[in-house]
Amino acid sequence: MTKKLAMQQIILTLQQYWSAQGCMLMQAYDTEKGAGTMSPYTFLRAIGPEPWNAAYVEPSRRPADGRYAENPNRLYQHHQFQVVMKPSPENIQELYLNSLRELGIDPLEHDIRFVEDNWENPSMGCAGVGWEVWLDGMEITQFTYFQVVGGMEVDPVTSEITYGLERLASYIQDVDNVFDLEWGDGVLYGDIFREPEIEHSTYSFEKSNQDMLLQMFDDYEREAKAQMANGLVHPAYDYILKCSHTFNLLDARGAVSVTERAGYLSRIRNMARQVARAFVAEREKFGFPLIKDEEKRQALLAKGEDDK
Amino acid sequence: MAHTFLVEIGLEEMPAHVVTPSIKQFEQKAKAYLKEQRITFDKLKAFSTPRRLALQISGLADKQPDIDEEVKGPAKKIAQDDAGNWSKAAIGFTKGQGVTTDDITFKELKGTEYVYVNKHIEGQPVESVLAGFEDVIKRLTFPTMMKWGEYHFEYVRPIKWLVALLDDTVIPFSILDVHTDRETRGHRFLGQDVTLTNAQDYEAALTEQFVIADAAKRKAEISKQIETLASQNNWQINIDADLLEEVNNLVEWPTAFAGSFDEKYLAIPEAVLITSMRDHQRFFYVLDQQGRLLPHFVSVRNGNREYIENVVAGNEKVLAARLSDAMFFYEEDQKPDLADYVERLKTVSFHDKISTMYDKMQRVHAIGQSLGPQFGLSDDEQAALDRASQLYKFDLVTGMVGEFAELQGIMGEKYALLKGESKATAAAIREHYMPISADGDLPATKVGAVLAVADKLDSILTFFAAGMIPSGSNDPYALRRQASGIVRIIRNEKWSFDEQMVRALLAAEKAANVAPDLDQLSQVPTVFAFLKDRVKVILQGEKVRHDIIDAVVSGPNTDLLDNFEAATVLAEHQSDDDFKEIIEALNRVLRLAAKRTTDGDVLVDAQLFENDSEAALEKAVQAVEDEADDLDVADYFKALAQLKTPITDYFEATMIMADDSKVKNNRLNQLQLIADLIYRLGDLNQLIVK
Repeated sequence: MTKKLAMQQIILTLQQYWSAQGCMLMQAYDTEKGAGTMSPYTFLRAIGPEPWNAAYVEPSRRPADGRYAENPNRLYQHHQFQVVMKPSPENIQELYLNSLRELGIDPLEHDIRFVEDNWENPSMGCAGVGWEVWLDGMEITQFTYFQVVGGMEVDPVTSEITYGLERLASYIQDVDNVFDLEWGDGVLYGDIFREPEIEHSTYSFEKSNQDMLLQMFDDYEREAKAQMANGLVHPAYDYILKCSHTFNLLDARGAVSVTERAGYLSRIRNMARQVARAFVAEREKFGFPLIKDEEKRQALLAKGEDDK
Repeated sequence: MAHTFLVEIGLEEMPAHVVTPSIKQFEQKAKAYLKEQRITFDKLKAFSTPRRLALQISGLADKQPDIDEEVKGPAKKIAQDDAGNWSKAAIGFTKGQGVTTDDITFKELKGTEYVYVNKHIEGQPVESVLAGFEDVIKRLTFPTMMKWGEYHFEYVRPIKWLVALLDDTVIPFSILDVHTDRETRGHRFLGQDVTLTNAQDYEAALTEQFVIADAAKRKAEISKQIETLASQNNWQINIDADLLEEVNNLVEWPTAFAGSFDEKYLAIPEAVLITSMRDHQRFFYVLDQQGRLLPHFVSVRNGNREYIENVVAGNEKVLAARLSDAMFFYEEDQKPDLADYVERLKTVSFHDKISTMYDKMQRVHAIGQSLGPQFGLSDDEQAALDRASQLYKFDLVTGMVGEFAELQGIMGEKYALLKGESKATAAAIREHYMPISADGDLPATKVGAVLAVADKLDSILTFFAAGMIPSGSNDPYALRRQASGIVRIIRNEKWSFDEQMVRALLAAEKAANVAPDLDQLSQVPTVFAFLKDRVKVILQGEKVRHDIIDAVVSGPNTDLLDNFEAATVLAEHQSDDDFKEIIEALNRVLRLAAKRTTDGDVLVDAQLFENDSEAALEKAVQAVEDEADDLDVADYFKALAQLKTPITDYFEATMIMADDSKVKNNRLNQLQLIADLIYRLGDLNQLIVK
């Protein structure tokens, strides 16, 4: 590896590469979430018959993973580079490996493995089959063929590639501590994120107002349900994301027991299931506009009519 | 001419644990298919890697053997009219068999003449039969199936290519959009696609493309490389069979390499180091000749030696990051006192419908104080139990267990020792989780065993009382496993354990003011039925006769140790010559005693005896009663067996349902006394004696 790409060059390289493969470059979605999968550009778009190819960076907040900027690998917020392609292309593994080559990672100079890892996000009613991709023993990517999203079996199947950008950059830049990564132009990751990491860790573990959060969870849930009843899929989905993040904050604070956990997760899951169904129904009302094959589009719409 | 057939399924990387079972399944289904198709062959060789399942079948016959068979048709009188003209039935029959009426012969069967034709079925050429491998391949099943793209077909992973080659000819078939061909793929990075000229070329052609397709050869190669590294460095490496199997199915071209980690990490407990290396990174750990862990590891790359230094450095870096985390936790975890951790358990929920973890420990402490003496703990053991039961969940709030959940208990023991707790207390903290699987090891110390029983019992009682009772496959808290743990331990330790004792334990909880706000007492019978179910499952696993199992778990004796031992004793005696007579005598007592209608004390009044057999029986029963408490179940059965003669004599001489109700009740009381004795073994009426 001769060139040591800065974080932002890594992002630019991946964006360039995947846009050349036909992915739309989306922007990070502006509601807190634990993973790129929860962006509506993945969760909602993976459901239903319409094709969808997108790539985006998703800042992902995991309050329980905060370590006050003291751990070289653990972060309250890390960055994922997310690629979703539906239907999953026949050569998706090769496309992925070529993206590594673009980043200067020649598989012949490393050990790259696809190690089974069937991914599940019970709180969002999602399950998929796939791998962790190991680069010289380090997990750098989660690779998933979605099978169920929001409790609905998917058809066609979306392939999801999630790069852990900090992990990947640590490897490429050969640094041991994430805070020593170069973000760009000589500015280090720590220069940007150390302070928010410390403060968010302090907040999540020590200072958050539990009573307020508990109240907020209930309020967000009520609002999500109310907006689903109004047929407003996207506003409802935003509130589901807020529920999920609020739960994560409560969880980090140790305010949730093992079983209460199950209860909260099932409340989120039930909403995720409902919104998934509502989303497909909405898309159908719009006539599945992303399906460019007119004959197929009409056939699907006609089938939908019959099913009713 | 004998033929060779090669069939290969090319896949995206299969899960490592699926590869070996899948190739076995493919082999079996292929053999079954060829047998059903009557195609013979000499040899079948299987190949498997993460990306391929292949079979090479040699010595295949050219075709199925032809079949000549005689087919019976309608009776002659239906087939021909008097003038000898063929009827519609006859013509239809011959058509159906692909022959004409000219081919008909007649034969007699049981006095009637029937139409017969000889049918010749030409054997199908092997090419046609092999095209049927399409279905063999589609019929393979896998523990996890997936679909991909726009297809609805499910398989272990997407199918990328198919090879079906009979000698030098492609057998055409296709699955989804993948058509069979003679092209296979080499190693993902080192190799290239290869065009196979002949089915026999497979293994050699792949070796040239950096794929060792023969799983056994690949495995031997890995072992050899690891052993070479070990001997070069004067190391001992225990090649864990499960890990080797997994690693073998992660690579097509294995190259073993050694890496190191900083010696300072050796201060971390070995269990943590080994878990990090073996379970998280799939590394083999390394010992010196004295068996001490060394700061090295061996791993296997899917590739050759080129640029291996990158691979070594990368793997070292990943391990160092893990160990640095572990070291941090290990040091930080030692800073607080155990009391601080215990205090923190007040904020950790055991279950929100039940209590905190701290409150659970308080209950288990009370249970242990009452249970220990009954299970015969010495004063020292009891002291260790009392201490352990006030601490034993503390490691749940340590950083290490937060990170390595599988080390719960193990870290508890380590930290307890570092904090100056006794060995017995520390060991009990680790052992209370045991057994961790259906046939997992049981606690080795008595203190650990009591704590394990107390902890599991509390979980089951409180979950039941809170209405969370497992049903069907729904057992999210693994209460069945815990129940199985309890009964295995009490059986192993030979501890009597019945409903009465559990009620006393609950009273002890109340007295200690640690009982939860739940009605556990009313759940005791349900919990014992649940425990007895586990007794049943264990005995079934030991192939004890079903009627014996039913007998010992039925009836009023809730002492689970008695239940186990009664099963053993009855199984031992089931083939004795007098077994049938003994059981019949005892069962007659049980059946008649059930007719007893009076309540109150069961007293026998000798004044009301009318014959000698009554006095003789009373004396014999008294003798059994007197020694009952001192007898183990085996001797107890012998003692009951000796009642056979007095019972038989008694029934011969005595009319139980006498007209005088005083006499009748006295006799029923006599029988009830015996029934109570018999019930220690179970409800023997369930036994099938022939």
